[in-house]
Amino acid sequence: MLADPMLPTPYRVTRVIRDTHDVFTLECAPPSASPAFAFAPGQFNMLYHFGVGEVPVSVSGDPGRAEALIHTIRAVGTVTNALQRVRRGDAIGVRGPFGNGWPLASTKGDDVVLVAGGIGLAPLRPVLYRLLAEREHYGKIVLLYGTRSPADILYARELEHWRARFDIDVQLSVDRADANWRGNVGVVTTLFERVKFDPLNTTAFVCGPEVMMRFAIVELERRGVADERIYLSMERNMKCAVGLCGRCQYGPSFVCRHGPVFRHDAVRRLFSAREV
Amino acid sequence: MKQLDEFLAEHSFFRGLPREYLELVAGCATNVRFDAGSFIAREGEDADYFYLIRHGKVALELFVLNKSTHTVETLGPGDILGWSWLVPPYRWRFDARAVELTRAIALDGKCLRGKCESDHDLGYHLLKRFTFVLSQRLEATRLQLMDIFGAAAS
Repeated sequence: MLADPMLPTPYRVTRVIRDTHDVFTLECAPPSASPAFAFAPGQFNMLYHFGVGEVPVSVSGDPGRAEALIHTIRAVGTVTNALQRVRRGDAIGVRGPFGNGWPLASTKGDDVVLVAGGIGLAPLRPVLYRLLAEREHYGKIVLLYGTRSPADILYARELEHWRARFDIDVQLSVDRADANWRGNVGVVTTLFERVKFDPLNTTAFVCGPEVMMRFAIVELERRGVADERIYLSMERNMKCAVGLCGRCQYGPSFVCRHGPVFRHDAVRRLFSAREV
Repeated sequence: MKQLDEFLAEHSFFRGLPREYLELVAGCATNVRFDAGSFIAREGEDADYFYLIRHGKVALELFVLNKSTHTVETLGPGDILGWSWLVPPYRWRFDARAVELTRAIALDGKCLRGKCESDHDLGYHLLKRFTFVLSQRLEATRLQLMDIFGAAAS
């Protein structure tokens, strides 16, 4: 329970990883007196660059490794550009964790299909850590990951490591590449042809640009995955993160408080509404 | 031939095709193999065949003068390669290169074109199937053109 959810705690940056030309990962450590940071996969924090502003960012680290708080961030605006310039030893403010996270407990016994697009792999990485830590509780695990180009691939080493395992099917595709690329080229939804899972007992977690999620849903439904087994991570501008300011209102819900993960049948109408 | 027959019958592309047509199509089929790096088709060449990929990976490439070759799409096991045999002037629009060792069933499109002309029911069955493939490729291409991962995300 947060003492004051609006009050950021200063965290010390312990490591900065340049993932791609515009994506970076910050590893942070809590103040020495603070308890370890506990979170559920899919939850997010508000990261505060002092003097610049605050942004919501999903936690992308391992929930089982509470000593390091990890966020992967794409530099797209004022605050994220400022965060890109922080160095080891700098302090940033952290509020959180907020939101509901992916429903991992209720998926035990299922095949689990993760569909990630671009930076959408970051909020799903903690899910993979959890699934692999409790591998025996799940059926097939499939990761379909699409990104812009080979240079934009996130967590390349980990992807290689996961691909080398025999108990997870990792498929990767890029939207554009030259002839030196030996992997798949095409949108992420084309990867569904490459994998097998039991649609009646599959739970799907989808995270990426909304248009990508719409097409991923079509493919999942075409294969017989039920609406109530498809979960999406929605992205809206979040400010307070506790459901007070209304900035992230999404129909009757606040993404920060009732989301960011929604079951597809709960947001189906909203998902195709242009006015929301 | 019986093995090819069975393979075609089990392939999702030909699922539901009447037996007599399946046998006719199988009569136009041969088992082929392409080594990694070899070209299956070159842009501008006569498109006399299309392929059901059984194993491996094929890159559809576009050569741009003074620039590196651009991979438009890759195809893998289960995919159909080639629709230019259906559309005049029946020439390949892209290069098709085996990225890795690729095994496929080659279907003689020139032969099938003639059979479709003389038997419109067969033509309808094949066009229906190719329309589905083309609609999926078009959908994917539109999404690709949007460059969705290049735009804002967090």
